[in-house]
Amino acid sequence: MDTYKMFFAGSGGQGILLMGQMVGNAAMLEQKEATFFPSYGPEMRGGTANCTVIVSEKPISSPLIHESDCVVAMTLPSMLKFEPTLKPGGLLMLNSTLIHREPQRTDISVMKIPVTELANTMGNARIANIIMLGAFIRATHAVSSESIEQILNGFFGGKSAALLELNLKAYHHWQ
Amino acid sequence: MQPVFEYTKGMIPGETNYCPGCTHGISHRLIMEVLEEMGKLGSTIGVGPIGCSVLAHKYMNVDMLEAAHGRAPAVASGIKRVHPDNMVFTYQGDGDLASIGTAEIIHAAARGEKFTTFFINNAIYGMTGGQMAPTTIIGQKSTTTQDGRSVEQSGFPMRVSELIATLDGAVYVERVALNAPGNIHKAKKAVRRAFEVQDKKLGFSFIEFLSTCPTNWGVSPVDAMTFLTEKMLPYFPLGVLRAPEGEA
Amino acid sequence: MSDKILLKGNEAFSEAAMRGGCRYYFGYPITPQNEIPEYMSRELPKYGGSFIQAESEICAINMAYGAAAAGGRVFITSSSPGIALMQEGLSFLASAEVPTVLLAVSRCGPGIGGIQPGQADYFQATRGGGNGDYKIPVFAPSSVQESVDLIYESMQLSDEWRNPFFIFTDGILAQMMEPVKLPEKRPDIQTKDIRKHKPWALTGYGADDSKRNTVISLRMQPDALETHVHKLFEKYAHAEKELVRVESFGLEDAQVVIVAYGIVARIAKEAIEILAEQGIKAGLIRPISLWPFPYSEFKKISNKTKVVISAELSMGQLIQDVQLGVGDRLPIRLVNRTGGMIPSSLEIAQRTKKILEEIGG
Repeated sequence: MDTYKMFFAGSGGQGILLMGQMVGNAAMLEQKEATFFPSYGPEMRGGTANCTVIVSEKPISSPLIHESDCVVAMTLPSMLKFEPTLKPGGLLMLNSTLIHREPQRTDISVMKIPVTELANTMGNARIANIIMLGAFIRATHAVSSESIEQILNGFFGGKSAALLELNLKAYHHWQ
Repeated sequence: MQPVFEYTKGMIPGETNYCPGCTHGISHRLIMEVLEEMGKLGSTIGVGPIGCSVLAHKYMNVDMLEAAHGRAPAVASGIKRVHPDNMVFTYQGDGDLASIGTAEIIHAAARGEKFTTFFINNAIYGMTGGQMAPTTIIGQKSTTTQDGRSVEQSGFPMRVSELIATLDGAVYVERVALNAPGNIHKAKKAVRRAFEVQDKKLGFSFIEFLSTCPTNWGVSPVDAMTFLTEKMLPYFPLGVLRAPEGEA
Repeated sequence: MSDKILLKGNEAFSEAAMRGGCRYYFGYPITPQNEIPEYMSRELPKYGGSFIQAESEICAINMAYGAAAAGGRVFITSSSPGIALMQEGLSFLASAEVPTVLLAVSRCGPGIGGIQPGQADYFQATRGGGNGDYKIPVFAPSSVQESVDLIYESMQLSDEWRNPFFIFTDGILAQMMEPVKLPEKRPDIQTKDIRKHKPWALTGYGADDSKRNTVISLRMQPDALETHVHKLFEKYAHAEKELVRVESFGLEDAQVVIVAYGIVARIAKEAIEILAEQGIKAGLIRPISLWPFPYSEFKKISNKTKVVISAELSMGQLIQDVQLGVGDRLPIRLVNRTGGMIPSSLEIAQRTKKILEEIGG
């Protein structure tokens, strides 16, 4: 795949932007081009958060997306907002703990993963995004799993060994 | 023959644009004499205002910048960052400092900027032709308070030194008057103390000069001195409003 | 790409300014440029520089006036309503020929408007809102890397030209992350050496008062002021020859030429690919310098072109310069959004196609 275009969307505090930044940084490790554009607005915890990420083998012209390959939706409002951007055959990944409504589209693939529930079971609600990130990488291969693990090591490695271990475990949790 | 009076090297010889009886010439000279006596003329950077003293850079023999109306304290803050060891001052009138430039002077004082501000309070806008200033006193006539300033129409005159003295960044604040030889002598002492505070990097220093404007007050130079003494001094009391700890 | 790092626009802008020589930054919070004062407050002291959080944008540009007149290298930033407040200062800086680099992260108006990306301050940047006859070179990058390169270069150009330089970006460039290669740190000018590099600067004249400097914009005598303005305009005439920057392609055989700058030019490039898939040849003119504007580039438009389109996030501001470039040779049409709405590449392609059909191309 030459170019892969994706939205990560959810609410503030879910680590949405971190997912996008990790994909962008992993793409750079692979000598690929990448753009990451976060939504921005008045600062508000719990407000909507989303980011636009493009990974490409060639220079990226527009950093904005009118047709996406994949949408990762962590909340219902974010699914409603971004489902229509998917191209036919695109992939919608849902946090089914928080999204109980069925998608409207019938021309796309849908993966439902209860990441918030899984994260709670693992003892830390904040790793739901990393569980989803792992599932996303294995489903799309937008970047390689090795690159993401290298980024995870860099990001959490400097903080604490326990935190790194938890996040690596979360990353591999959904197979 | 022993000369008894000379130009200070701090003033550039020549005529000024100031009216007869105006006290700008006195305050210019006091500042420049002190800088000369302290050996600081060559390491001083002055910032002039908009107003009658907009041409101060033509009279004061130091490196000078002419700032936009009210902005001199912001400009001086920038200069002092580049040259923390130089003497830096602003010279501003009451329209410039107490009206359009209120934010700049208050925040420079609050930050404890290590420069000195000389505030010329003559209770009127001079250069634009005698309009009411923030310091115009109650009952005083101006071209925009033709029956005399009323509280109902224009509120109260501002006592700027008292305001500045409430800010912890301002370490030396004094109001002086240029109405009589004794007071002028005290004014020069105040200028020196302000520059010494700056030299020691103690914080912001502020000197208010009660000044005259015979032309726009519509009185003779002598009557202007009387007005300053009888009308302004009661509203704007002289003295040190704030001094470094251990000094008075 | 191993020497590149993924950086957010605002942080990359800050780093580029410091590496370009900025040691004095005066900021005031306004979205969407807040990461810049935050980054500067943290990083500039490490370069031996000074940061002040100003009490307003008016104050920030006047601090810049002071620091730059004193010979320091200054970078300041704001966004649309804040840039409006800086116009008085810009006029003073231009008249007194004091170098400073000002970066705008443009948002939407009028009034408080909105905080989403916009280009409705094209006139504010290129025509200026300060009083009097003056000009400020304006560069409009379209990627984070190009922003970095132009900021770095402008830190030097502004000293060489003794003029403020303006970098015109928007909320997308400021907020997005892209791979960036940062330039090498430019050598510092030591404070004691300022007069050697900038003999006009305010440093105190030392022992010799014949070396006294003044930085002023006041000239009460009309003949003196006229002479001064003419001198400024001789400089601007040189700038019009030497500072023009433009990217273009496809002008030799395009049916339609799209003119766009900044982030819109990137969306337009994708639109041109979409049009190509539909058999329509479209070319692009991307002004990088908005002043001086690359008018002569429009002479390269061939006789095969039926219409020129100005694509912009404003209600027809860029189009006025497009009109000056095209003259009455060709019809000109506007493809725009405003208020923070960004056209997709598909929208630009569809509207371009429709215009071509209406023109009869």
